[in-house]
Amino acid sequence: MMVRKDFPIFNIKVRGKPLVYLDSAATTQKPQVVMDTLNKYYSSQNSNVHRGVHYLSELATKEYEAAREKVQKFIHAKDSREIIFTRGTTESINLVAQTFGRERVQEGDEVLITHMEHHSNIVPWQILCSEKKAHLKIAPINQKGELLIDEFKKLVNPKTKIVGIAHVSNALGTINPIKEIVSFCHDHGVPVLVDGAQAASHLKVDVEALDCDFYTLSGHKIYGPTGIGVLYGKLKHLEKMPPYQGGGDMIKSVTFEKTIYNDVPFKFEAGTPNIAGAIGLGSALDYLSALNMEKVQKYEEELLKYMEEQLLTLPKIKLIGRAEKKAALQSFIVENIHPHDVGTILDQEGVAVRTGHHCAQPVMNFYGVPATVRASLGIYNTKEDISLLVLALKKVFEVLG
Amino acid sequence: MSLHELYQEMIVDHSRSPRNFHKLQEKAQNLEGYNPLCGDKFTIYASFKGKKISDLSFEGNGCAISTASASLMTEFMKNKSFDEAESIIAEFQRLVTGGELKGVDLGKLQVFEGVQEFPIRVKCAVLAWHTLRSLLHGERKAVTTE
Ligand SMILES: Cc1ncc(COP(=O)(O)O)c(C=O)c1O
Repeated sequence: MMVRKDFPIFNIKVRGKPLVYLDSAATTQKPQVVMDTLNKYYSSQNSNVHRGVHYLSELATKEYEAAREKVQKFIHAKDSREIIFTRGTTESINLVAQTFGRERVQEGDEVLITHMEHHSNIVPWQILCSEKKAHLKIAPINQKGELLIDEFKKLVNPKTKIVGIAHVSNALGTINPIKEIVSFCHDHGVPVLVDGAQAASHLKVDVEALDCDFYTLSGHKIYGPTGIGVLYGKLKHLEKMPPYQGGGDMIKSVTFEKTIYNDVPFKFEAGTPNIAGAIGLGSALDYLSALNMEKVQKYEEELLKYMEEQLLTLPKIKLIGRAEKKAALQSFIVENIHPHDVGTILDQEGVAVRTGHHCAQPVMNFYGVPATVRASLGIYNTKEDISLLVLALKKVFEVLG
Repeated sequence: MSLHELYQEMIVDHSRSPRNFHKLQEKAQNLEGYNPLCGDKFTIYASFKGKKISDLSFEGNGCAISTASASLMTEFMKNKSFDEAESIIAEFQRLVTGGELKGVDLGKLQVFEGVQEFPIRVKCAVLAWHTLRSLLHGERKAVTTE
Protein backbone atom coordinates (compact mmCIF):
# COMPACT_ATOMS: atom_id res chain seq x y z
CA MET A 1 0.00 0.00 0.00
CA MET A 2 1.32 3.41 -0.91
CA VAL A 3 0.49 5.03 2.40
CA ARG A 4 3.83 5.68 4.09
CA LYS A 5 3.75 9.30 3.02
CA ASP A 6 0.55 9.72 5.06
CA PHE A 7 2.45 8.93 8.27
CA PRO A 8 4.81 11.73 9.34
CA ILE A 9 6.58 9.48 11.88
CA PHE A 10 8.48 7.85 9.03
CA ASN A 11 10.39 11.08 8.52
CA ILE A 12 12.27 10.57 11.77
CA LYS A 13 15.57 8.77 12.11
CA VAL A 14 16.16 6.23 14.86
CA ARG A 15 19.79 6.18 15.97
CA GLY A 16 20.65 7.62 12.58
CA LYS A 17 18.71 4.96 10.69
CA PRO A 18 15.29 4.94 9.06
CA LEU A 19 12.50 3.73 11.33
CA VAL A 20 11.41 0.15 10.76
CA TYR A 21 8.24 0.00 12.80
CA LEU A 22 7.12 -3.56 13.48
CA ASP A 23 5.16 -2.94 16.66
CA SER A 24 1.73 -1.96 15.41
CA ALA A 25 0.07 -4.59 17.61
CA ALA A 26 1.18 -2.50 20.60
CA THR A 27 0.01 0.71 19.00
CA THR A 28 -0.22 1.90 15.42
CA GLN A 29 1.30 5.07 14.04
CA LYS A 30 -1.11 7.86 13.14
CA PRO A 31 -1.81 9.29 9.70
CA GLN A 32 -1.61 13.06 9.19
CA VAL A 33 -5.40 13.32 8.79
CA VAL A 34 -5.93 12.15 12.35
CA MET A 35 -3.54 14.79 13.68
CA ASP A 36 -5.20 17.41 11.48
CA THR A 37 -8.60 16.41 12.80
CA LEU A 38 -7.44 16.77 16.42
CA ASN A 39 -5.89 20.09 15.59
CA LYS A 40 -9.03 21.32 13.86
CA TYR A 41 -11.18 20.19 16.75
CA TYR A 42 -9.11 21.99 19.38
CA SER A 43 -8.61 25.09 17.25
CA SER A 44 -12.10 25.62 15.94
CA GLN A 45 -14.65 23.27 17.49
CA ASN A 46 -13.62 22.69 21.11
CA SER A 47 -16.44 22.69 23.62
CA ASN A 48 -18.20 20.31 25.98
CA VAL A 49 -20.80 18.00 24.50
CA HIS A 50 -24.49 17.54 25.28
CA ARG A 51 -24.44 20.55 27.59
CA GLY A 52 -24.46 24.04 26.20
CA VAL A 53 -26.94 25.76 23.97
CA HIS A 54 -24.19 27.78 22.34
CA TYR A 55 -22.73 27.45 18.88
CA LEU A 56 -19.57 25.60 19.83
CA SER A 57 -21.28 23.09 22.08
CA GLU A 58 -23.67 22.25 19.31
CA LEU A 59 -20.80 21.85 16.87
CA ALA A 60 -18.74 19.63 19.19
CA THR A 61 -21.79 17.49 19.96
CA LYS A 62 -22.50 17.08 16.28
CA GLU A 63 -18.93 16.01 15.55
CA TYR A 64 -18.84 13.65 18.53
CA GLU A 65 -22.10 11.99 17.53
CA ALA A 66 -20.95 11.82 13.91
CA ALA A 67 -17.92 9.86 15.16
CA ARG A 68 -20.28 7.42 16.84
CA GLU A 69 -22.01 6.86 13.52
CA LYS A 70 -18.68 6.33 11.79
CA VAL A 71 -17.87 3.57 14.26
CA GLN A 72 -21.34 2.10 13.77
CA LYS A 73 -20.82 1.92 10.01
CA PHE A 74 -17.25 0.67 10.29
CA ILE A 75 -18.20 -2.38 12.34
CA HIS A 76 -21.63 -2.66 10.76
CA ALA A 77 -23.77 -2.29 13.87
CA LYS A 78 -27.50 -1.87 13.43
CA ASP A 79 -27.93 1.21 15.58
CA SER A 80 -25.57 3.99 16.64
CA ARG A 81 -26.91 3.67 20.19
CA GLU A 82 -25.05 0.36 20.34
CA ILE A 83 -21.73 2.24 20.23
CA ILE A 84 -20.34 3.34 23.61
CA PHE A 85 -17.13 5.34 23.79
CA THR A 86 -14.67 4.10 26.41
CA ARG A 87 -10.96 4.52 27.10
CA GLY A 88 -10.18 1.36 25.17
CA THR A 89 -10.63 -2.38 25.13
CA THR A 90 -9.59 -2.73 28.76
CA GLU A 91 -12.29 -0.40 29.96
CA SER A 92 -14.84 -1.93 27.58
CA ILE A 93 -14.31 -5.41 29.02
CA ASN A 94 -14.35 -4.16 32.61
CA LEU A 95 -17.59 -2.33 31.87
CA VAL A 96 -19.26 -5.51 30.66
CA ALA A 97 -17.87 -7.61 33.53
CA GLN A 98 -19.00 -5.11 36.15
CA THR A 99 -22.50 -4.49 34.79
CA PHE A 100 -23.78 -7.29 32.59
CA GLY A 101 -21.51 -9.85 34.22
CA ARG A 102 -22.29 -8.81 37.76
CA GLU A 103 -26.02 -9.24 37.22
CA ARG A 104 -25.77 -12.45 35.29
CA VAL A 105 -23.07 -14.42 37.06
CA GLN A 106 -23.95 -15.92 40.45
CA GLU A 107 -22.30 -18.27 42.90
CA GLY A 108 -21.23 -21.54 41.27
CA ASP A 109 -21.63 -20.18 37.72
CA GLU A 110 -18.89 -20.23 35.10
CA VAL A 111 -17.24 -17.70 32.83
CA LEU A 112 -15.47 -19.24 29.85
CA ILE A 113 -12.43 -17.70 28.13
CA THR A 114 -9.53 -19.19 26.14
CA HIS A 115 -5.88 -19.87 26.83
CA MET A 116 -4.79 -17.20 24.35
CA GLU A 117 -6.42 -14.15 25.95
CA HIS A 118 -4.73 -10.85 26.71
CA HIS A 119 -4.61 -10.09 30.44
CA SER A 120 -7.40 -7.57 29.90
CA ASN A 121 -9.73 -10.39 28.88
CA ILE A 122 -8.67 -12.48 31.89
CA VAL A 123 -8.37 -10.24 34.93
CA PRO A 124 -11.79 -8.48 34.76
CA TRP A 125 -13.40 -11.94 34.73
CA GLN A 126 -11.21 -13.13 37.59
CA ILE A 127 -12.31 -10.14 39.64
CA LEU A 128 -15.95 -10.89 38.85
CA CYS A 129 -15.57 -14.61 39.58
CA SER A 130 -13.88 -14.06 42.90
CA GLU A 131 -16.54 -11.56 43.93
CA LYS A 132 -19.34 -13.94 42.97
CA LYS A 133 -17.65 -17.21 43.97
CA ALA A 134 -17.97 -18.26 40.34
CA HIS A 135 -15.41 -20.21 38.29
CA LEU A 136 -13.24 -19.08 35.40
CA LYS A 137 -12.89 -21.84 32.81
CA ILE A 138 -10.17 -21.88 30.18
CA ALA A 139 -10.57 -23.45 26.74
CA PRO A 140 -7.27 -25.01 25.62
CA ILE A 141 -5.18 -24.36 22.49
CA ASN A 142 -2.89 -26.59 20.42
CA GLN A 143 0.83 -26.21 19.66
CA LYS A 144 0.04 -24.21 16.53
CA GLY A 145 -1.78 -21.71 18.70
CA GLU A 146 -5.29 -22.59 17.55
CA LEU A 147 -8.29 -22.88 19.81
CA LEU A 148 -9.36 -26.51 20.30
CA ILE A 149 -12.88 -25.91 19.22
CA ASP A 150 -14.25 -29.28 20.31
CA GLU A 151 -12.78 -28.82 23.78
CA PHE A 152 -14.24 -25.33 23.86
CA LYS A 153 -17.68 -26.69 23.04
CA LYS A 154 -17.41 -29.33 25.75
CA LEU A 155 -16.81 -26.59 28.29
CA VAL A 156 -20.09 -24.82 27.48
CA ASN A 157 -22.76 -26.04 29.89
CA PRO A 158 -25.81 -24.69 31.71
CA LYS A 159 -23.58 -22.99 34.29
CA THR A 160 -21.73 -21.01 31.61
CA LYS A 161 -23.01 -17.45 31.87
CA ILE A 162 -20.71 -15.58 29.51
CA VAL A 163 -17.89 -16.27 27.06
CA GLY A 164 -14.98 -13.89 26.45
CA ILE A 165 -12.77 -14.51 23.42
CA ALA A 166 -10.24 -12.61 21.32
CA HIS A 167 -11.07 -12.15 17.66
CA VAL A 168 -7.32 -12.10 16.97
CA SER A 169 -4.70 -13.13 19.54
CA ASN A 170 -2.12 -10.42 20.22
CA ALA A 171 0.61 -12.90 21.13
CA LEU A 172 0.04 -15.52 18.40
CA GLY A 173 -1.86 -13.76 15.64
CA THR A 174 -4.48 -16.52 15.56
CA ILE A 175 -7.85 -15.55 14.08
CA ASN A 176 -10.56 -17.31 16.05
CA PRO A 177 -13.69 -18.71 14.34
CA ILE A 178 -15.98 -16.20 16.01
CA LYS A 179 -19.06 -16.86 13.90
CA GLU A 180 -19.04 -20.56 14.71
CA ILE A 181 -18.40 -19.91 18.38
CA VAL A 182 -21.15 -17.32 18.72
CA SER A 183 -23.66 -19.50 16.95
CA PHE A 184 -22.79 -22.49 19.16
CA CYS A 185 -22.93 -20.41 22.33
CA HIS A 186 -26.24 -18.84 21.38
CA ASP A 187 -27.68 -22.30 20.80
CA HIS A 188 -26.83 -22.88 24.45
CA GLY A 189 -28.13 -19.52 25.60
CA VAL A 190 -24.67 -18.08 26.32
CA PRO A 191 -23.77 -14.51 25.34
CA VAL A 192 -20.33 -13.80 23.86
CA LEU A 193 -17.97 -10.85 24.27
CA VAL A 194 -15.39 -10.56 21.49
CA ASP A 195 -12.13 -8.72 22.19
CA GLY A 196 -11.50 -7.06 18.85
CA ALA A 197 -8.44 -5.01 19.88
CA GLN A 198 -6.19 -6.82 17.40
CA ALA A 199 -8.75 -7.50 14.72
CA ALA A 200 -10.42 -4.33 13.58
CA SER A 201 -7.35 -2.78 11.95
CA HIS A 202 -6.65 -5.93 9.92
CA LEU A 203 -9.99 -7.58 9.10
CA LYS A 204 -13.33 -6.31 7.93
CA VAL A 205 -15.47 -6.53 11.06
CA ASP A 206 -19.21 -7.04 10.80
CA VAL A 207 -20.77 -7.37 14.24
CA GLU A 208 -24.17 -8.05 12.79
CA ALA A 209 -22.87 -11.00 10.79
CA LEU A 210 -20.78 -12.25 13.73
CA ASP A 211 -23.90 -11.86 15.88
CA CYS A 212 -21.73 -11.37 18.98
CA ASP A 213 -23.29 -9.71 22.02
CA PHE A 214 -20.37 -7.39 22.72
CA TYR A 215 -17.35 -6.30 20.69
CA THR A 216 -14.47 -4.11 21.88
CA LEU A 217 -12.01 -1.81 20.11
CA SER A 218 -9.00 0.31 21.05
CA GLY A 219 -8.64 3.49 19.02
CA HIS A 220 -4.86 3.58 19.30
CA LYS A 221 -4.53 0.18 17.64
CA ILE A 222 -6.53 1.26 14.62
CA TYR A 223 -4.57 4.38 13.62
CA GLY A 224 -6.54 6.61 15.99
CA PRO A 225 -5.59 8.47 19.18
CA THR A 226 -4.82 6.90 22.55
CA GLY A 227 -7.35 7.07 25.36
CA ILE A 228 -10.36 6.30 23.19
CA GLY A 229 -12.03 2.98 22.52
CA VAL A 230 -15.35 1.42 21.83
CA LEU A 231 -17.75 -1.02 23.36
CA TYR A 232 -20.33 -2.34 20.96
CA GLY A 233 -23.25 -4.05 22.68
CA LYS A 234 -26.56 -5.32 21.43
CA LEU A 235 -29.24 -2.81 22.27
CA LYS A 236 -31.34 -5.44 24.06
CA HIS A 237 -28.48 -5.98 26.53
CA LEU A 238 -27.44 -2.35 26.91
CA GLU A 239 -30.95 -1.26 27.75
CA LYS A 240 -31.19 -3.73 30.61
CA MET A 241 -27.69 -3.25 31.99
CA PRO A 242 -27.14 -1.11 35.09
CA PRO A 243 -24.79 1.88 34.67
CA TYR A 244 -21.04 1.41 35.11
CA GLN A 245 -19.98 4.74 36.57
CA GLY A 246 -22.15 7.48 37.98
CA GLY A 247 -21.82 11.18 37.22
CA GLY A 248 -22.74 13.84 34.72
CA ASP A 249 -24.14 13.01 31.28
CA MET A 250 -25.33 9.57 32.33
CA ILE A 251 -28.45 10.89 34.06
CA LYS A 252 -31.77 12.38 33.05
CA SER A 253 -32.60 13.88 36.41
CA VAL A 254 -31.06 13.84 39.84
CA THR A 255 -32.56 14.55 43.23
CA PHE A 256 -31.08 13.36 46.50
CA GLU A 257 -33.90 10.85 46.69
CA LYS A 258 -33.86 9.44 43.20
CA THR A 259 -31.86 9.56 40.00
CA ILE A 260 -33.22 8.65 36.61
CA TYR A 261 -30.56 7.33 34.29
CA ASN A 262 -30.10 8.57 30.79
CA ASP A 263 -30.80 6.47 27.71
CA VAL A 264 -28.31 4.23 26.00
CA PRO A 265 -25.52 4.96 25.08
CA PHE A 266 -25.20 8.01 27.37
CA LYS A 267 -26.03 5.89 30.44
CA PHE A 268 -22.56 4.36 30.00
CA GLU A 269 -20.66 7.57 29.27
CA ALA A 270 -20.45 9.25 32.67
CA GLY A 271 -18.52 12.50 32.80
CA THR A 272 -17.01 14.53 30.00
CA PRO A 273 -15.89 11.98 27.43
CA ASN A 274 -12.74 12.00 25.32
CA ILE A 275 -14.38 14.20 22.71
CA ALA A 276 -11.27 14.90 20.66
CA GLY A 277 -10.32 11.22 20.83
CA ALA A 278 -13.68 10.08 19.52
CA ILE A 279 -13.58 12.58 16.65
CA GLY A 280 -9.97 11.57 15.91
CA LEU A 281 -10.98 7.93 15.89
CA GLY A 282 -13.75 8.77 13.46
CA SER A 283 -11.25 10.28 11.07
CA ALA A 284 -8.97 7.23 11.37
CA LEU A 285 -11.91 5.01 10.39
CA ASP A 286 -12.69 7.28 7.44
CA TYR A 287 -9.08 6.96 6.38
CA LEU A 288 -9.17 3.16 6.58
CA SER A 289 -12.50 2.91 4.80
CA ALA A 290 -11.14 5.01 1.97
CA LEU A 291 -8.25 2.54 1.66
CA ASN A 292 -10.82 -0.26 1.73
CA MET A 293 -10.54 -2.89 4.46
CA GLU A 294 -10.67 -5.78 2.00
CA LYS A 295 -7.59 -4.41 0.26
CA VAL A 296 -5.89 -3.81 3.60
CA GLN A 297 -6.54 -7.41 4.62
CA LYS A 298 -5.21 -8.79 1.36
CA TYR A 299 -2.11 -6.63 1.45
CA GLU A 300 -1.29 -7.56 5.03
CA GLU A 301 -1.91 -11.27 4.42
CA GLU A 302 0.68 -11.27 1.66
CA LEU A 303 3.14 -9.32 3.74
CA LEU A 304 2.70 -11.67 6.70
CA LYS A 305 3.34 -14.65 4.47
CA TYR A 306 6.49 -13.01 3.17
CA MET A 307 7.65 -12.27 6.72
CA GLU A 308 7.12 -15.89 7.81
CA GLU A 309 9.04 -17.16 4.79
CA GLN A 310 11.89 -14.75 5.40
CA LEU A 311 12.14 -15.60 9.09
CA LEU A 312 12.25 -19.29 8.24
CA THR A 313 15.32 -18.74 6.06
CA LEU A 314 17.26 -17.86 9.20
CA PRO A 315 18.84 -20.54 11.37
CA LYS A 316 17.99 -20.84 15.07
CA ILE A 317 14.66 -19.06 14.75
CA LYS A 318 11.59 -20.78 16.10
CA LEU A 319 8.24 -19.35 15.11
CA ILE A 320 5.58 -19.34 17.80
CA GLY A 321 2.00 -19.15 16.59
CA ARG A 322 1.50 -21.16 13.41
CA ALA A 323 -2.26 -21.17 13.13
CA GLU A 324 -3.82 -21.75 9.70
CA LYS A 325 -5.65 -18.44 9.97
CA LYS A 326 -3.54 -15.56 11.18
CA ALA A 327 -3.43 -11.80 11.07
CA ALA A 328 -0.54 -9.42 10.77
CA LEU A 329 1.97 -10.61 13.33
CA GLN A 330 4.56 -13.26 14.04
CA SER A 331 6.03 -14.18 17.40
CA PHE A 332 9.35 -15.98 17.51
CA ILE A 333 12.30 -16.87 19.67
CA VAL A 334 15.97 -17.11 18.78
CA GLU A 335 17.59 -20.24 20.18
CA ASN A 336 19.73 -19.53 23.23
CA ILE A 337 19.29 -15.79 22.99
CA HIS A 338 16.83 -14.05 25.25
CA PRO A 339 14.17 -11.95 23.47
CA HIS A 340 15.21 -8.92 25.46
CA ASP A 341 18.72 -9.07 24.03
CA VAL A 342 17.29 -9.56 20.54
CA GLY A 343 15.13 -6.47 21.07
CA THR A 344 18.04 -4.30 22.16
CA ILE A 345 20.15 -5.27 19.17
CA LEU A 346 17.28 -4.79 16.70
CA ASP A 347 16.62 -1.40 18.25
CA GLN A 348 20.19 -0.34 17.53
CA GLU A 349 19.40 -1.06 13.88
CA GLY A 350 16.30 1.12 13.97
CA VAL A 351 13.98 -1.89 14.05
CA ALA A 352 11.16 -1.60 16.61
CA VAL A 353 9.70 -4.93 17.74
CA ARG A 354 7.99 -5.91 20.94
CA THR A 355 9.76 -8.26 23.30
CA GLY A 356 8.23 -9.67 26.44
CA HIS A 357 5.16 -11.61 27.43
CA HIS A 358 2.77 -9.34 25.50
CA CYS A 359 0.35 -9.23 28.44
CA ALA A 360 -0.40 -12.87 27.74
CA GLN A 361 1.58 -14.76 30.36
CA PRO A 362 -0.57 -17.89 30.11
CA VAL A 363 0.42 -18.14 26.43
CA MET A 364 4.12 -17.85 27.38
CA ASN A 365 3.66 -20.57 30.02
CA PHE A 366 1.96 -22.80 27.45
CA TYR A 367 5.03 -22.63 25.20
CA GLY A 368 7.41 -22.75 28.16
CA VAL A 369 9.13 -19.48 27.28
CA PRO A 370 9.47 -16.38 29.46
CA ALA A 371 8.96 -14.08 26.51
CA THR A 372 8.98 -13.86 22.73
CA VAL A 373 9.96 -11.37 20.08
CA ARG A 374 6.93 -10.15 18.18
CA ALA A 375 7.03 -8.44 14.80
CA SER A 376 3.64 -6.99 13.93
CA LEU A 377 2.49 -5.29 10.77
CA GLY A 378 0.43 -2.30 9.75
CA ILE A 379 -0.68 -0.80 6.45
CA TYR A 380 2.55 1.21 6.16
CA ASN A 381 4.91 -1.77 6.32
CA THR A 382 6.66 -3.03 3.22
CA LYS A 383 8.83 -5.94 2.11
CA GLU A 384 11.75 -3.58 2.59
CA ASP A 385 10.94 -3.42 6.33
CA ILE A 386 11.06 -7.19 6.48
CA SER A 387 14.40 -7.32 4.69
CA LEU A 388 15.73 -4.84 7.24
CA LEU A 389 14.37 -7.04 10.05
CA VAL A 390 16.21 -10.01 8.60
CA LEU A 391 19.44 -8.03 8.30
CA ALA A 392 19.08 -6.85 11.89
CA LEU A 393 18.52 -10.44 13.06
CA LYS A 394 21.76 -11.40 11.34
CA LYS A 395 23.40 -8.72 13.46
CA VAL A 396 21.99 -10.48 16.54
CA PHE A 397 23.81 -13.65 15.53
CA GLU A 398 26.96 -11.63 14.94
CA VAL A 399 26.93 -10.04 18.40
CA LEU A 400 25.61 -12.93 20.47
CA GLY A 401 25.58 -15.92 18.11
CA MET B 1 26.87 3.93 21.88
CA SER B 2 27.93 0.55 20.66
CA LEU B 3 26.47 -2.89 21.06
CA HIS B 4 29.91 -4.28 21.72
CA GLU B 5 30.25 -2.02 24.73
CA LEU B 6 27.08 -3.54 26.13
CA TYR B 7 27.71 -7.11 25.10
CA GLN B 8 31.37 -7.31 26.14
CA GLU B 9 33.07 -10.66 25.73
CA MET B 10 33.02 -11.36 29.45
CA ILE B 11 29.29 -10.65 29.63
CA VAL B 12 28.53 -12.93 26.70
CA ASP B 13 30.73 -15.62 28.22
CA HIS B 14 29.06 -15.47 31.63
CA SER B 15 25.61 -15.40 30.08
CA ARG B 16 26.37 -18.55 28.08
CA SER B 17 28.05 -20.41 30.91
CA PRO B 18 27.01 -18.86 34.18
CA ARG B 19 29.22 -19.58 37.20
CA ASN B 20 27.90 -20.77 40.58
CA PHE B 21 24.74 -21.78 38.79
CA HIS B 22 23.22 -24.20 41.30
CA LYS B 23 21.44 -24.38 44.62
CA LEU B 24 23.42 -24.13 47.85
CA GLN B 25 23.16 -26.91 50.36
CA GLU B 26 22.48 -26.63 54.05
CA LYS B 27 21.31 -23.61 55.91
CA ALA B 28 21.57 -21.38 52.86
CA GLN B 29 19.14 -18.50 52.63
CA ASN B 30 17.43 -17.86 49.36
CA LEU B 31 15.32 -15.20 47.78
CA GLU B 32 13.66 -14.81 44.41
CA GLY B 33 14.09 -11.74 42.23
CA TYR B 34 11.68 -11.14 39.36
CA ASN B 35 11.52 -8.62 36.56
CA PRO B 36 7.91 -8.78 35.38
CA LEU B 37 8.57 -6.68 32.31
CA CYS B 38 10.82 -9.21 30.62
CA GLY B 39 10.21 -12.28 32.72
CA ASP B 40 13.73 -12.51 34.17
CA LYS B 41 13.52 -14.67 37.27
CA PHE B 42 16.41 -15.66 39.53
CA THR B 43 16.80 -17.23 42.92
CA ILE B 44 19.86 -16.09 44.82
CA TYR B 45 21.27 -18.47 47.46
CA ALA B 46 23.61 -17.21 50.17
CA SER B 47 25.30 -18.70 53.22
CA PHE B 48 26.56 -16.41 55.93
CA LYS B 49 29.32 -16.92 58.46
CA GLY B 50 29.48 -14.26 61.14
CA LYS B 51 29.02 -10.98 59.30
CA LYS B 52 30.33 -12.35 56.04
CA ILE B 53 28.94 -13.90 52.87
CA SER B 54 30.61 -17.30 52.93
CA ASP B 55 29.00 -18.72 49.81
CA LEU B 56 26.80 -17.45 47.01
CA SER B 57 25.05 -19.04 44.04
CA PHE B 58 22.03 -18.60 41.81
CA GLU B 59 19.55 -20.30 39.55
CA GLY B 60 16.98 -19.10 37.10
CA ASN B 61 16.37 -17.63 33.74
CA GLY B 62 16.97 -14.29 32.14
CA CYS B 63 18.55 -12.24 29.39
CA ALA B 64 22.29 -12.05 28.77
CA ILE B 65 22.71 -8.93 30.89
CA SER B 66 20.81 -10.16 33.93
CA THR B 67 22.37 -13.63 33.79
CA ALA B 68 25.93 -12.35 33.42
CA SER B 69 25.34 -9.83 36.17
CA ALA B 70 24.12 -12.52 38.57
CA SER B 71 26.98 -14.81 37.61
CA LEU B 72 29.70 -12.19 38.09
CA MET B 73 28.06 -11.07 41.31
CA THR B 74 28.24 -14.55 42.83
CA GLU B 75 31.96 -14.67 42.03
CA PHE B 76 32.76 -11.20 43.23
CA MET B 77 30.76 -11.10 46.44
CA LYS B 78 31.94 -14.34 47.98
CA ASN B 79 33.76 -13.71 51.26
CA LYS B 80 32.80 -10.05 51.40
CA SER B 81 31.66 -8.68 54.73
CA PHE B 82 28.15 -7.28 54.99
CA ASP B 83 29.51 -3.74 55.06
CA GLU B 84 31.70 -4.29 52.03
CA ALA B 85 28.81 -5.90 50.22
CA GLU B 86 26.56 -2.91 50.86
CA SER B 87 29.04 -0.44 49.48
CA ILE B 88 29.78 -2.61 46.42
CA ILE B 89 26.06 -2.97 45.67
CA ALA B 90 25.60 0.80 45.88
CA GLU B 91 28.66 1.43 43.69
CA PHE B 92 27.47 -1.11 41.12
CA GLN B 93 24.12 0.66 40.99
CA ARG B 94 25.95 3.96 40.34
CA LEU B 95 28.09 2.34 37.65
CA VAL B 96 25.16 1.07 35.60
CA THR B 97 23.05 4.18 36.00
CA GLY B 98 25.87 6.58 35.20
CA GLY B 99 26.04 8.00 38.72
CA GLU B 100 29.11 9.54 40.29
CA LEU B 101 31.42 6.73 41.43
CA LYS B 102 32.81 6.76 44.95
CA GLY B 103 35.96 4.80 44.23
CA VAL B 104 34.82 1.43 45.56
CA ASP B 105 36.83 -1.28 43.80
CA LEU B 106 34.53 -3.08 41.36
CA GLY B 107 37.21 -5.16 39.61
CA LYS B 108 35.80 -7.04 36.63
CA LEU B 109 32.35 -5.68 37.31
CA GLN B 110 33.51 -2.63 35.35
CA VAL B 111 32.39 -4.47 32.20
CA PHE B 112 28.85 -3.39 33.04
CA GLU B 113 29.69 0.26 32.48
CA GLY B 114 28.12 0.11 28.99
CA VAL B 115 24.70 -0.55 30.51
CA GLN B 116 24.32 3.15 31.37
CA GLU B 117 23.92 3.87 27.67
CA PHE B 118 20.91 1.53 27.58
CA PRO B 119 18.58 2.86 30.28
CA ILE B 120 15.90 0.22 29.77
CA ARG B 121 18.46 -2.49 30.45
CA VAL B 122 19.47 -1.13 33.87
CA LYS B 123 16.76 -3.22 35.51
CA CYS B 124 18.29 -6.35 34.01
CA ALA B 125 21.73 -5.49 35.36
CA VAL B 126 20.60 -4.74 38.90
CA LEU B 127 18.06 -7.53 39.43
CA ALA B 128 20.42 -9.97 41.14
CA TRP B 129 22.00 -7.16 43.15
CA HIS B 130 18.71 -5.89 44.53
CA THR B 131 17.80 -9.42 45.44
CA LEU B 132 21.08 -9.94 47.27
CA ARG B 133 20.65 -6.68 49.14
CA SER B 134 17.17 -7.72 50.28
CA LEU B 135 18.57 -11.05 51.37
CA LEU B 136 21.23 -9.29 53.42
CA HIS B 137 18.52 -7.18 55.02
CA GLY B 138 16.70 -10.33 56.02
CA GLU B 139 13.75 -9.79 53.69
CA ARG B 140 11.84 -12.90 52.77
CA LYS B 141 9.45 -11.59 50.19
CA ALA B 142 10.35 -11.94 46.51
CA VAL B 143 11.91 -8.83 44.99
CA THR B 144 10.48 -7.34 41.84
CA THR B 145 11.81 -4.52 39.74
CA GLU B 146 8.41 -2.98 39.09
C1 LIG C 1 -5.99 -8.74 22.29
C2 LIG C 1 -5.92 -7.51 23.15
N1 LIG C 1 -6.87 -7.28 24.05
C3 LIG C 1 -6.87 -6.19 24.83
C4 LIG C 1 -5.86 -5.26 24.77
C5 LIG C 1 -5.89 -4.07 25.68
O1 LIG C 1 -6.11 -2.92 24.96
P1 LIG C 1 -5.94 -1.48 25.61
O2 LIG C 1 -4.63 -1.50 26.33
O3 LIG C 1 -5.97 -0.56 24.45
O4 LIG C 1 -7.10 -1.31 26.53
C6 LIG C 1 -4.83 -5.46 23.86
C7 LIG C 1 -3.73 -4.48 23.78
O5 LIG C 1 -2.61 -4.69 24.07
C8 LIG C 1 -4.87 -6.61 23.04
O6 LIG C 1 -3.88 -6.84 22.16
